[in-house]
Amino acid sequence: MGRSSSTVKETQALFQSLRSAYAATPNNLKIIDLYVGFAVLTAVIQVVYMAVVGSFPFNSFLSGVLSCIGTAVLAVCLRIQVNKDNKEFKDVAPERAFADFILCNLVLHLVIMNFLG
Amino acid sequence: MPPQTMSAKTDATIGVNGTAKSASNQAPPPMALPANLKSDLLNKLSLKSFKLKTKQQELLLRVSILFLVYVLAFITRLFSVLRYESMIHEFDPYFNYRTTLFLTEKGFYEFWNWFDYESWYPLGRIVGGTLYPGLMVTAALIYWGLRFLRFAVHIREVCVLTAPFFASNTTLVAYFFGKEIWDSSAGLVAAALIAICPGYISRSVAGSYDNEGVAIFALLLTFYLFVKAVNTGSLTWSLASAFGYFYMVSAWGGYVFIINLIPLYVLVLLTTGRYSMRLYIAYNCMYVLGMLLAMQIRFVGFQHVQSGEHMAAMGVFFLMQVFYFLDWVKYLLSDKRLFETFLRITVTTTVGLAAVALGVGTASGYISPWTGRFYSLLDPTYAKDHIPIIASVSEHQPTAWSSFMFDFHILLFLFPAGLYFCFKRLTDATIFIVMYGLTSMYFAGVMVRLILVATPAVCLISAIAVSATVKNLAQLLRTKSKVTQGGSSKAASGSKASSKALLDQSQPFQRNGAIALLLGVFYLLSKYATHCTWVTSEAYSSPSIVLAARGAHGNKVIFDDYREAYFWLQQNTPTDAKVMSWWDYGYQITAMANRTVIVDNNTWNNTHIATVGRAMSSYEDEAYEIMRELDVGYVLVVFGGVTGYSSDDINKFLWMVRIGGGVFPVIKEPDYLVNGEYRVDKGAAPKMLNCLMYKLCYYRFGELMTEYGKPPGFDRARGVEIGNKDIKLEHLEEAFTTSNWIVRIYKVKPPNNRW
Repeated sequence: MGRSSSTVKETQALFQSLRSAYAATPNNLKIIDLYVGFAVLTAVIQVVYMAVVGSFPFNSFLSGVLSCIGTAVLAVCLRIQVNKDNKEFKDVAPERAFADFILCNLVLHLVIMNFLG
Repeated sequence: MPPQTMSAKTDATIGVNGTAKSASNQAPPPMALPANLKSDLLNKLSLKSFKLKTKQQELLLRVSILFLVYVLAFITRLFSVLRYESMIHEFDPYFNYRTTLFLTEKGFYEFWNWFDYESWYPLGRIVGGTLYPGLMVTAALIYWGLRFLRFAVHIREVCVLTAPFFASNTTLVAYFFGKEIWDSSAGLVAAALIAICPGYISRSVAGSYDNEGVAIFALLLTFYLFVKAVNTGSLTWSLASAFGYFYMVSAWGGYVFIINLIPLYVLVLLTTGRYSMRLYIAYNCMYVLGMLLAMQIRFVGFQHVQSGEHMAAMGVFFLMQVFYFLDWVKYLLSDKRLFETFLRITVTTTVGLAAVALGVGTASGYISPWTGRFYSLLDPTYAKDHIPIIASVSEHQPTAWSSFMFDFHILLFLFPAGLYFCFKRLTDATIFIVMYGLTSMYFAGVMVRLILVATPAVCLISAIAVSATVKNLAQLLRTKSKVTQGGSSKAASGSKASSKALLDQSQPFQRNGAIALLLGVFYLLSKYATHCTWVTSEAYSSPSIVLAARGAHGNKVIFDDYREAYFWLQQNTPTDAKVMSWWDYGYQITAMANRTVIVDNNTWNNTHIATVGRAMSSYEDEAYEIMRELDVGYVLVVFGGVTGYSSDDINKFLWMVRIGGGVFPVIKEPDYLVNGEYRVDKGAAPKMLNCLMYKLCYYRFGELMTEYGKPPGFDRARGVEIGNKDIKLEHLEEAFTTSNWIVRIYKVKPPNNRW
């Protein structure tokens, strides 16, 4: 009884400290996080739709889901490179990081358009 | 111009350390100009102006070494072109040549949608969707490029020389890779070693127009770009490695090695605590983009998400997300205890979800299990028991030690030495090369053909050993001279002088030892070069379609029987004639004779091959029925009894029986053996003496005297006199036998009139 209440209290404290720490992140990173969240949500919606309707043009389904996952992953990479607290990427200019992000997204979506069918 | 000669003069005076100073001494003061001009002119004429800075000397050395290695890699593969002619070797390359010809004549759209009705009669083959197009597209692009520059080359010349060209490019990639892992001198040694290593030459000699020639270049390029991406953490290098992976997938089925090695490497880094953001960026970008690009190849299709062989990569992808997430939460939370709670929750849920997903996927059959070809790498006995066609290919046999020595020579013992050096300096890059080396050596031990995949790793690791050893020895040589200089210039205190004297006493032994060891290293490397050239010349430069032997007087005798037979077929048979032969010769028949075949080297339909095997091993009447069903017009067999050629159909016959018997139980292997022994002489089994293959090979052979002093009908390949000399054929008639009896063609007679 006591243990479960302490774990509940622990999880509550966990969520509280997570929320307060997250509120302290800079705005540009929060925008990227929002983008990642949106992309993953779109992917989940597509998977649910596929579960309902069936996966017949499988290449279309794959290209849809992979474009969402791909752009989410690339946005996370951008976030890593732009985040000022990462020591390893101190000398990477944010413009360079963004240009890489754009280039990779371009390639990703070109391949998706070829794969869409 | 005055500033330039000015800086050259200052460099000449300063010497080795002139880099920083020369920049500051750019423009001379104006009033000193006339006097300087005179000295400048003198300097220009003297040799002093030719003295380069050390960095420039080094660059010149490196560029010239790489250039020489590039040329060497190309010319050492040209033995067969010089000895015979510029032709395509062996069996598989003929299919690649035929498809490249089709591509250059008809264009991409026709090539992509090509349905070949000339092979696997009556089934046909969807060529566009069942081949790896990388090699053909590469050769076609080179051909169109040369044509655009108005070089009137024939596509066959381009095909013959594609493999040596890409071997030269591989040496360049090996240089950059070695530079990334260790330093530039290791890269140079690696380039030199891989240029002549027989393990690589065996599949990339001029004329060997096969997927591996291009694939090894793509493999090494992908690995180099990936290691570069992990080292720099840049998205552009990851994108480049994804494109390298795409090229590899388009070129060879061995790309499965990459898609399993890289996740394994990431897993090793994660478990050894080397998780970093650069690794996250490199792997994720490469995986997602690489997977998408790879699925554009029709032959690969959806395997990246459905096949068991590709699941490791997906698993590691999800694992990386978990790691990143945990890392991020750890950074957000300041309290360690809270983080540990979070860690516990996350890990249990993740492991549970992964296990459930994997279990459901495998049990429901959605994730297909490992295919036979790759499963036999993990369990080498699998193919022998279950899939005789895979077991029958000679390249799929386990490797003997002699093959390792033959293909690697001194690299075999330099490999463990290099591993030692890599373990001494463990970085992300050296961990990768160690893993590549160990896994590829394991697979090379399972299958002879895979020595090719191990060769770049072995060359790189051995290069590290050679380069580090030579560097240490050369440093020993140089420190001695420095110490004596220091000792002589400093007239220091007594203790210092005495210690220096002691050092001087041990120096000569060290110096002599270093010189002796250096000479030893150079001796070994020169022996390596000699061995490699000898092996290339003697063992790996034969075209297999043209045989050579020494005549009685020592002169070279050429047997061009294969091409003679194919040319006869092309000229003397109707264009829609179907030719039945064993699957080895299918590609050559369609490419050179331009006739429809029943089975060919693609071996995609085991039942069809078993039907042909059954026909070859049955009595003539049963075989005639099968041949009538398949509309066979001509039968082609290869016979080495007159010349002593040992790779003929009689020696391959037992595999025909096994494969045929695997599908049709009416063919039983013990029927053809006597006491478990395979014989063709008087004591042979009666079914053997009367089966179709025996009759076709030995028809009228009983009348022939092959060797002086032996009875007629003496089979020189088996070394016995044949058992059944009086052969009568009822449903076939002999159409053509080549001049050395190597290829024999028979025409299938139409059925008799009813009365």
